[in-house]
Amino acid sequence: MNSERLALTGWGRTAPSVASLVDISAEELTQAGALDRLDHSGRGVIVRGMGRSYGDQAQNGGGTVVRVSHGEIAVNAAQGSVRVGSGVSLDKLLREIVPLGWFVPVTPGTRFVTVGGAIAADIHGKNHHVDGSFGSHVQQMTVLLADGCQRSLSPTGEYADLFWATVGGMGLTGIILEATFSLIPIETRHCVVTNERVADFDTLIEKMIASDHLYRYSVAWIDLCATGPRLGRALLASANHASLDELRAMNPKHATDPLAYSPPKLPDIPSVVPNVFNKLTIKAFNELWFRKTPKLQHHTETLTGFFHPLDMVGWWNRLYGRNGFIQYQFVVPDDAVDTLRTIVEKVAAHGHASFVNVLKRFGPGSGGYLSFPTSGWTLTIDVPAGVEGLDALLTGLDEMILGAGGRHYLAKDAQLTPAVISTGYPRLDEWKAIRRTVDPNGRWASDLARRLDLL
Amino acid sequence: MNNAINQPQTILVLGGNSDIARAIVGELSSPALKTIVLACRDPATADTTGFAEHVKVATVAFDAASHAAHAPMIEAVAAEHGDLDVVIQAFGQLGVDAADDPVAAAQLVTVNFAGAVSSGLAVAAQLRKQGHGTLVVLSSVAGVRTRASNFVYGSTKAGQDAFATGLGHSLHGSGANVMTVRPGFVRSSMTEGMEEAPFSVDASVVAEAVANGLKKGSSVVWAPSKLRGVFGLLKFAPDFVWRKLDN
Repeated sequence: MNSERLALTGWGRTAPSVASLVDISAEELTQAGALDRLDHSGRGVIVRGMGRSYGDQAQNGGGTVVRVSHGEIAVNAAQGSVRVGSGVSLDKLLREIVPLGWFVPVTPGTRFVTVGGAIAADIHGKNHHVDGSFGSHVQQMTVLLADGCQRSLSPTGEYADLFWATVGGMGLTGIILEATFSLIPIETRHCVVTNERVADFDTLIEKMIASDHLYRYSVAWIDLCATGPRLGRALLASANHASLDELRAMNPKHATDPLAYSPPKLPDIPSVVPNVFNKLTIKAFNELWFRKTPKLQHHTETLTGFFHPLDMVGWWNRLYGRNGFIQYQFVVPDDAVDTLRTIVEKVAAHGHASFVNVLKRFGPGSGGYLSFPTSGWTLTIDVPAGVEGLDALLTGLDEMILGAGGRHYLAKDAQLTPAVISTGYPRLDEWKAIRRTVDPNGRWASDLARRLDLL
Repeated sequence: MNNAINQPQTILVLGGNSDIARAIVGELSSPALKTIVLACRDPATADTTGFAEHVKVATVAFDAASHAAHAPMIEAVAAEHGDLDVVIQAFGQLGVDAADDPVAAAQLVTVNFAGAVSSGLAVAAQLRKQGHGTLVVLSSVAGVRTRASNFVYGSTKAGQDAFATGLGHSLHGSGANVMTVRPGFVRSSMTEGMEEAPFSVDASVVAEAVANGLKKGSSVVWAPSKLRGVFGLLKFAPDFVWRKLDN
């Protein structure tokens, strides 16, 4: 066990708070009295994975933040599943399982999240419209409860309520120790990808509705600097895992060792850089990005190139400078296309310069009480936190999103209010009631929970 | 908790009737702000109106001279209203007759300086416990170099200012911050009827400077900002020049 008192932030590098950060193994964590010793300040405990949530999810000012060290990885090839310690990252897991012909059921835009974090945030990926969120694939998990007892949870078992309160529960029901979940069989480490330039918002929506079901993975990158007739112009990327035959036909030189997996890595961004994102650089980037893609491209890409391109640049979040940035993600129902268009118009008109803008269609939700994904359109934008007029813009968007019956992603939130969350998550009170049965004395706490009145 | 754009949820004002503090609260007001606690000698006289509609305004009894009551009061406010994101130390008296009245002068020290120390330490303990939060101390340029016309007041402010900056250093690494604010002459109910000094400003100018300073994480803020340069020079003015300026 290693303990250190230091200022923590999320990936957005905003609103720091100082806590005792403790690296601990699952064995130490489950010893009698361990939680009492960890919570010596009385300000509670929250578990932290790799710190890739964007806001204050894995912070606990004045209290204790624990990181569970790596655990075991046990692949069950017959069942097509894996049992993994919660501190294991998807990066580590993929390095182990891709060569064996397996892929994770859901991956976000980064491999640098832990399995525990993936469940606690009920993360989604480009395959949500087909495969659902991470929690949908979890068959069993063991959770350390506030009283120090361990409980085995499954989606339909005796403690199903607690299972679904833990999926998407932001670590506030207990510490996930290990989980078993299903895997996707793959023949190669490549995807067959179709990239397509789309001229405007309406065409994009039409194409996504028409073609989503043909691909396991589908996502659109939107240029939110474009206005007028080019409003909502986008690059639509759709993909399936490449079979060995497809890879042989399309990219024969990579077909000799089809499951070799070694993600490339460029140098890290240094710790002190000014914010490089402003209206000009973002506009130029968007223009280039849009133009560099052929009108229609059909080719193979590696798993890393397709799923985790930003992981090649270590600490890319530092490019936003000392004020950090906000990643704002919401979902609105399928029929709220007009709301979505108005939001895209408002963001583009505001001209605040957003770098990563991703539009994706969600399938049905997993059943987690606080799980974010639900049928509809999800848009992600990120904005430097120091931008003038940002709060007014986002407050305006909040109203439109809630008015359309949508909600915001807790794992990315850094600036919402309790009212916005309770309106977006109608099952919040049920979740709170379940949480209180397993944590009556407030053992678990986070800055997010304090800010949003989640406890 | 402050959100990602440094908007506080809970603000405590020590000296809840201060015009400057109220202007600062107005400047820090946002949809994120949930609670304002006004700490005044007589809570019944606190003006709880004029704040944003969605904000809960509470009052609590606070006498700057009752030093022993400060720590329990701060703890009680945090227990009731949650973590304190911003605490504004805004109480103080001018003590116009203090130069001729040793007892009144000592009383002024008890309120302006000793009160700032005891309440400041109580706030610091709470912010340290939270691992976040900022104490905004309303100091004054009167303490940067004391003048014949208000040297007792100025000396209490010099003490408060030195205490605040030192406290800030002692809290480094704890997550808690101290921001020392050095306004010049501020037109307010406290200075009503007094002759204005050069660089006089309204409370709104101080409030904007404080809000900007909080965004940037400044440890010292001057209002108006040009006073930083002015006092950078005046500190070194020969005594006879300084005395002349005071007349």
